[in-house]
Amino acid sequence: MTTAETSITAAASSYRPPSRLPAGLVFLAMVALLVVAPFVAYPLFVMKVLCFALFALALNLLLGYGGLLSFGHAAYFGMSSYVSAHAAKMWGLTPELSIVCGVAVALVLGLVFGLLAIRRKGIYFAMITLAFAQMVFFFSLQAPFTGGEDGLQGVPRGALFSVLDLSSDITLYWVVLAIFVLGWFGTYRIVHSPYGQVLRAIRGNEERAMSLGYDVYRYKVLLFVLSAGFAGLAGATKAIAFQLATLTDVAWTMSGEVVLMTLVGGMGTLFGPVVGAALVVAMQNYLAHLGAWVMVVQGVIFAVCVLTFREGIVGVVAKFTRKEL
Amino acid sequence: MVTILGVPLQALLGQLLVGAINGGFYALLSLGIAIIFGMLHIINFAHGALYMMGAFMAWILLNYFGLNFWFALVIAPIVVGLVGIVLERTLLSRLYNQDHLYNLLLTFGLGLIIVGLFRIGFGGSGKPYSPPEALMGALNLGFMFLPVYRGFVLAVALVSCLVVWLVIERTRLGAYLRAATENAEIVEAFGINVPLLIALTYGGGVALAGFAGVLAAPIYSVYPNMGHDLMIIVFALVVIGGLGSIFGAIVTGFSLGIIEGLTKVFYPEASTTVVFVLMAVVLLVKPAGLFGKEA
Repeated sequence: MTTAETSITAAASSYRPPSRLPAGLVFLAMVALLVVAPFVAYPLFVMKVLCFALFALALNLLLGYGGLLSFGHAAYFGMSSYVSAHAAKMWGLTPELSIVCGVAVALVLGLVFGLLAIRRKGIYFAMITLAFAQMVFFFSLQAPFTGGEDGLQGVPRGALFSVLDLSSDITLYWVVLAIFVLGWFGTYRIVHSPYGQVLRAIRGNEERAMSLGYDVYRYKVLLFVLSAGFAGLAGATKAIAFQLATLTDVAWTMSGEVVLMTLVGGMGTLFGPVVGAALVVAMQNYLAHLGAWVMVVQGVIFAVCVLTFREGIVGVVAKFTRKEL
Repeated sequence: MVTILGVPLQALLGQLLVGAINGGFYALLSLGIAIIFGMLHIINFAHGALYMMGAFMAWILLNYFGLNFWFALVIAPIVVGLVGIVLERTLLSRLYNQDHLYNLLLTFGLGLIIVGLFRIGFGGSGKPYSPPEALMGALNLGFMFLPVYRGFVLAVALVSCLVVWLVIERTRLGAYLRAATENAEIVEAFGINVPLLIALTYGGGVALAGFAGVLAAPIYSVYPNMGHDLMIIVFALVVIGGLGSIFGAIVTGFSLGIIEGLTKVFYPEASTTVVFVLMAVVLLVKPAGLFGKEA
């Protein structure tokens, strides 16, 4: 056990991680862009991008860094969205408390489903997460507090900490941006922590990590719970910002879309999910009037990405510049 | 009136029949998924879309070519099977040396494209498709009325499952298939055209989905989304049964259909979720699935 640990620390010390400078610069550029964005683009549109970017970051944590493909992440996003909308509308809680309620439910749901799903790997894992998400969908369809087919509409944005009134779009934008930046930084810290290193080891060779004494299941379940929690943060923020929680948020199409965002942007990259979310949300906005063509275009992007472009946009850039992005 | 646990016998038998028919569809679809998985090691997320394509083929054949149900029952699976072979040869086969998850994503994308195209071409609403003349009406079984078409579907589902099982277990082609599932390289070394076998397997698996689609057309009506919800239930079934055996897929399909039907009688609120709850229980007790061998 001790020898195993020394050998892995020895390996870690001889391993020189790529410089984090470029990632830091890109991060600053991204934040600068997002500070200017609401004055150039429609703030609600940028907020939508930010919420989905956070959602995609959550999935990327699991898929890109844990190698686990969840096809049911809409369950955590949507359920958290319902809970925070309900808390804000029916219980009259302040936005931050509503969001906390949503995230808490997403974490619990993630723990329960994670403990079960983690028992299988690969495609089975994908099918199990999809099936559990469908269960959540049917539950949301029937449960009284979700408003069934109508969903929860007219959710009050309220005042942050009972002080800061969020009814103005631009004030709300800064809050959503703050949540997004915190979320991005949170996932970044997780990936670059000792825990993240172990995850990388598990992804590289699960049996070896297990033989080195790491409790692989606990690491994976924790990753699943964290990912569900970030997805919940995205869903709750979306519910407050857009004053709406509907069945679309828990439907399997949502799970597919977030996989698409992560895939297009680049799995296992720091900025890929953000780029992917921006592209997919923009595409949906511009093609919305074409109806079912959106579905076809999404399918084509899926197929093209998988067949020719597996690293995603940011992944290709990172490979080309040999920087961690 | 005879009642069992407070439920009228007729309602119970009626739901049992509905459950058994649903079970027939589950069995046909999970059979195709299991066969495809055995050879290609991919889960075909486009299965629901190809099932829908089968149903639409029946509708198109009737409304544009005047060909009735019986022609559709033969032509639609062949067309869907050919589409499957083309997809396999041109797209899926490019990804066999990659992580299997990529192929899953590819079939998911293909499913979106197919469903989207049908929605553009035919709209999202349901299209009625009546059962053939010969199978109209209902039989009086004494204790309940059995719509003839539903009885026919149940019988056909059972027989076709049996035929597929016999083909795989008792014919030379089935033997090649089973051998290639175990070790494709050695089978190839014996001079068998494994890529062709893989293409035929995928084509056959999705042809079964197309066949199920034609059978489903008169019962559920024809609409582009008809495969979605069904497909997710079938995935849960596959997890419950495990992909180890053909027989297991058939048994799991029928029994879960019946369990779902019974839930509709005794606790209707849970009828949509019972399959997923069972999946959770199976994952706790026997993660490899009831008939699964692999860990």
